[in-house]
Amino acid sequence: MIRRVLYIASIAAMLVAILAGRQTTNAAVPAAAPAAGAEVKIDNFSFTPATLTVATGTQVTWTNRDDIPHTVVSDDKTIKSKALDTDETFTFTFTKPGTYSYFCSLHPKMKGTIVVQ
Amino acid sequence: MSEQGKKDEILHDHNHDGIDRRGFLKCMAWAGTGALCVINGGVLKSYSLSRLSEIGDKEAKGDLSFVQISDSHMGFNKPANPDVASTLKAAVDKINALPSQPQFMLHTGDISHLSKPEEFDNVEQILKSANPKTVFYVPGEHDVLNDEGAQYRQRFGQGSQGAGWHSFDQKGVHFIGLVNVMNLKAGGMGNLGAEQLAWIEKDVKHLSNSTPIVVFAHIPLWSVYPEWGWGTEDSAQALGYLKKFGSVTVLNGHIHQTMQKVEGNVTFHTAASTAFPQPKPGSAPSPGPLKVPDDQLRGLLGITDVNYVQRRHALAVIDSTLG
Repeated sequence: MIRRVLYIASIAAMLVAILAGRQTTNAAVPAAAPAAGAEVKIDNFSFTPATLTVATGTQVTWTNRDDIPHTVVSDDKTIKSKALDTDETFTFTFTKPGTYSYFCSLHPKMKGTIVVQ
Repeated sequence: MSEQGKKDEILHDHNHDGIDRRGFLKCMAWAGTGALCVINGGVLKSYSLSRLSEIGDKEAKGDLSFVQISDSHMGFNKPANPDVASTLKAAVDKINALPSQPQFMLHTGDISHLSKPEEFDNVEQILKSANPKTVFYVPGEHDVLNDEGAQYRQRFGQGSQGAGWHSFDQKGVHFIGLVNVMNLKAGGMGNLGAEQLAWIEKDVKHLSNSTPIVVFAHIPLWSVYPEWGWGTEDSAQALGYLKKFGSVTVLNGHIHQTMQKVEGNVTFHTAASTAFPQPKPGSAPSPGPLKVPDDQLRGLLGITDVNYVQRRHALAVIDSTLG
């Protein structure tokens, strides 16, 4: 929870910086571009947030924070990560709008959804 | 020795089905420290493990004796057990110290933590020092990561079919090793699949009804706790093919704790892990590894010793901890 608050706070700070017209260190990213990335955390055998809505073209990164490996596999198997050990990540860029349901193929009770608009 | 432990023999049988439910619960309550449950002629007897020395030869020894080990998770190094190699070695020491030497071992999966070659190597190396030299395996979900189980089958699946299922006979007992960790469906539990189910039906078709059956698989074949995926979607169909048999024993792992259940002719048993404990169903937010004080860890890990006495047609299942 603290991490999430910090994460939201850092996004807020970034927005303030952009709105204020200040230069950020990463000058290569144009200020008008959509959010470059979104994150899903894997904690306690669940995906958080369980449903994430992103703009087309967004890169989504999953991070496994459990002591047990997990995977990210779409229900139709077109998106498939390797087994992620503790602190390992998987990144996928969603280039087409749609609703993507996914699960952990090792612990299939773990389910999540990415809505791409 | 508690007052309760002094008189362990249970003879209530209100439903006349050979199962004393009150006694059975008592047996389950001991699971953490180890218990011997014997069902002979429909009467269940249970003994706490600390009384093993008082149990006569006819109960403790049989025509066939084997050991089940499970969930060695070689490669796991988190706080719940930073040294899973040493606890596997302790399990081997425990096996080698059994009063009656088992003929072989069953490993019910999660041999490795991450399907890495060196993890499998390490387990095979450690198990070489066990007195029983033969090990029959079934895979856990940790053994088939990233390659659909190809490496597992190359190492452990000689003579097996499909994803690694197989059967064999020992001293008149028919053993069936099943794979229920592949092709899991979103939202589901363990899965056997149509091809394996058809094979089971064919495999047991020509066996006589009096043949004792031992089924072993990683994920429990009964619904221990579906909320955590602790069950197998299509296990009812598999067990349906075994209805004609008088004695069916199902041995599983996966849940890292001992648990037993009797349903008609079928006795279900899950083994402890040799690596780390997991919480009791629903007692934690998730089934992740349970960190316990160091001096309690080995009391929650263990091995399972199974004895079969031919003329009794019953299998005795004994859990013992590493502590």
